[in-house]
Amino acid sequence: MEPIVVTGVGAVTPLGVGARTLHERWCAGECGIADGEGACTDFDATDFLSAKEARRADRFTQLAIAACAEALADAGWQHPGSGEAEADGHPYPAERIGCVLGTGIGGIATLVDGQDTLRERGSQYVSPLSVPLMMSNAGAGALSMRHDLRGPSFAVSSACASGAHAIGSALRMLQSGEADAVVAGGSEAGLTPLARAAFSALDALSPSGVSRPFDARRDGFVMGEGAAVLVLERADGAGARGARVLGRIRGYGASSDAHHITAPREDGQGQAAAMRAALADAGVDAEQIDYVNAHGTSTPLNDRAETHAIKLALGEHAQQIPVSSTKSAIGHLLGAAGAVEAVATLLALRDRIAPPTLGLSQPDEGLDLDYVPGAARPLARNGNNPADGGERPVLALSNSFGFGGHNAVLCLEAA
Amino acid sequence: MSTAVTTEQIEQVVTESLATFGADPAQITPDATFEALDIDSLDLAELSQIVHEHFGVELKGSDVAEVKTVDDAIQLIASRL
Repeated sequence: MEPIVVTGVGAVTPLGVGARTLHERWCAGECGIADGEGACTDFDATDFLSAKEARRADRFTQLAIAACAEALADAGWQHPGSGEAEADGHPYPAERIGCVLGTGIGGIATLVDGQDTLRERGSQYVSPLSVPLMMSNAGAGALSMRHDLRGPSFAVSSACASGAHAIGSALRMLQSGEADAVVAGGSEAGLTPLARAAFSALDALSPSGVSRPFDARRDGFVMGEGAAVLVLERADGAGARGARVLGRIRGYGASSDAHHITAPREDGQGQAAAMRAALADAGVDAEQIDYVNAHGTSTPLNDRAETHAIKLALGEHAQQIPVSSTKSAIGHLLGAAGAVEAVATLLALRDRIAPPTLGLSQPDEGLDLDYVPGAARPLARNGNNPADGGERPVLALSNSFGFGGHNAVLCLEAA
Repeated sequence: MSTAVTTEQIEQVVTESLATFGADPAQITPDATFEALDIDSLDLAELSQIVHEHFGVELKGSDVAEVKTVDDAIQLIASRL
């Protein structure tokens, strides 16, 4: 089957605007969390959108538009920073370009505004923009319209696994021949009093406001916002246009816990099934994995279940490779997390770096993997197979698990 | 209410609304078409709400569908006062 490659990435995260900003700052040990949240304070929608465009896009869509502009420029599809909606410059017929964008919630700020207007002023003043802004597919629609992507486009929603499911769906769309290229990613902008209260009511949100995955003191996730977009193409198409290839989406595996509405299976069996499926899809053995980008939410339940899952899926090899959590640096970006973490993983693999799990200094009992506490380090290669002489592909798994028991795992390879 | 409303007041509310919707203020003249101002049906639905709030005038979708220029809208509102 024709390989599917990544030719461009873009991201807006609490560490700043830009995929490389995320990668470099995380690997430098910097944390984008302030006052217990991961807000994209460096993001200004007017840098990317006209006044009219901005008021017609909920923040989750605005973030996706910015990440997409960067990704397309990175892929060489349009001039960097032009910020203009343009129909030309695509290397493929518009009808052959798809768009899949994950989001856990969609336009919650728009929804809240509409509810406030309804209560305070009456139904006749609820904005006609309410529905087109809050619908969870608004981001996918906006990217399609802005860049004239006329192939299949839709939203994927599986809570905190949405971004990974979106990339997996894009992979399948390309493998089936339904599209020649797919713009795929995830976006979320849920930092609202309603979401804070709702997640707090579940005891999912960290009361201390500190994201320290796998640490004994972890007390919940820190909510963040952001977006990431990847440009995926068939390798033959990317090669024909002389594109620079960042890496490959080697495999994708998904499963469901079928267990509980919020809690993961404690034994990690559901998550492990998705990891095994991703390995099988990629056609690689567990021993070939160099790094695992954990879901690592900093909740007591996830980090324990996920540690079990990694051991189940990778066996003894789990103890020999670095496992770290992007959420330690930016918090939990919910429906964007899987896409943001796929981008962070790919860029780390390219630079042969094992990024750190920040804030981890007191490992919890039984959580005994190498979580790369505190500081990044060079990614040890070939420790398990020196005969390869560095020719073996650099591979990682990126885990994403969502409320509802949705598990999605990507197998990524650096170019 | 209607006795106090002038065409100038209507024009002001309409002009300010269109600018809020993202139209270029320099191009908002009575003769300007909504098409040229990039004002679409969603904008006109919002304009109807604003007009109702300011002047108590109910504009239906079928009314608004007929207006092509800024002055069309102003005259329609004035005729309903």
